[in-house]
Amino acid sequence: MPLRAEIVSPEKRHTDCEVDMVVVPGTEGDIAAMPGRSPVMLQLRGGVVTLYQDNKVLERHFVGGGFVEMTADHCTILADSVKALEDLSVDDARQSLEALQEQWTNLGTHDYKERESLARKIQAVRAEIETAERLQRNAF
Amino acid sequence: MPSLKELRGRITGVKSTRKITNAMKMVAASKLRRAQIRAEAARPYAETSKRMMGELASTVQGADVSSLPRLMVGTGKDQTHLLIVMTSDRGLAGGFNANLVRKTRQYISELQEQGKTVKLLPVGRKGAEVLARYYPEAIVETMTSDGGQGASFEQAISIASHVVKLLDQGEIDCCTLLRNRFVNAMTQVPEQFKLVPLPASEEQAQGSASGEAHYEFEPNEETLLAQLLPRNLEVQLFAALLESAAGEHAARMTAMDNASRNASKAIDSLSLKYNRTRQANITNELIEIISGAEAV
Repeated sequence: MPLRAEIVSPEKRHTDCEVDMVVVPGTEGDIAAMPGRSPVMLQLRGGVVTLYQDNKVLERHFVGGGFVEMTADHCTILADSVKALEDLSVDDARQSLEALQEQWTNLGTHDYKERESLARKIQAVRAEIETAERLQRNAF
Repeated sequence: MPSLKELRGRITGVKSTRKITNAMKMVAASKLRRAQIRAEAARPYAETSKRMMGELASTVQGADVSSLPRLMVGTGKDQTHLLIVMTSDRGLAGGFNANLVRKTRQYISELQEQGKTVKLLPVGRKGAEVLARYYPEAIVETMTSDGGQGASFEQAISIASHVVKLLDQGEIDCCTLLRNRFVNAMTQVPEQFKLVPLPASEEQAQGSASGEAHYEFEPNEETLLAQLLPRNLEVQLFAALLESAAGEHAARMTAMDNASRNASKAIDSLSLKYNRTRQANITNELIEIISGAEAV
């Protein structure tokens, strides 16, 4: 039984195909969706989503947070943003990290909600830098 | 019979009207293309999100209402309804706003017959004006739709936060969105759909009846739903704003196309009248001259 993988961002639908396995970066660690899985809904951290077909990597996408729904026959990823790995750039990400860190220091102590969402953004940008560096080293 | 001068004046008048309507049509057409692309791009995300929430809602059916977030199940009552009505800021868009307002009034009177209280949150000036006339005390807040400038996600967020605030204060029990669905450039259908409580998806409702699909949550249900539900509301509102903007431009384009065509027709018939009158005048003068010559 194949698994239907969908990656959707607010801009467009990035992928809609049948695969064997999808590995997604959950907030509490990476988690794989395979056919017949019990249904789960989880929050994503920034990281790389990998689609596998016949034990080979079919596609890789960088997602900057979002949500995933996994059921027995499909895995739907609602990503905040999706980037192709080759579009990642260490310099750009570093710049946005600096901007975010400045926002962080400027926030009041009681803005818990803003801090929470900012923390998620910072994590996503850090993951972007990490992924881009790994890509430069050809470590995938 | 109008004089030649009068007719000439009317023809130039209609011609300049046609110029304006034609220009408006062109502008609407180019804005429509952009709005349509944006609306279509946002649709998969909104639909997927809606489906996900529908499945989620159907798995919690029958559960204890007070333990779940209000954005998902409402307050458990069904007394006060908030209606978000999305119209355009500017007129001259054919029946675009009027159709939606008619549908809204119909829905409101249905609700009032059932003894419910209705609150209104009109988005867009045109709808707000009309609704304020009919239900001045029901309006909690009005917002502009920015349809012409292209709807922004920030606006969706501000509407959503308003809904969340009202819901948390217990001032409303349900929330319904009324907006024009963009079918194609010729057709926009006024539609309503429930935002709170989340409508359960039908196919999944049957599945859950047989005890299927009970979700696990990670990190945990509370954290995840607290993130996911407001996000879903924002996304649904954003998609609706985009769709409404596309519909507005489409409606304006069609209306202005009709207006230009009518103007052309009016010009044709006026020109005919003008030529006939002119010819009649010439004939008259000739007759006068000839009969004068004969008399001599």
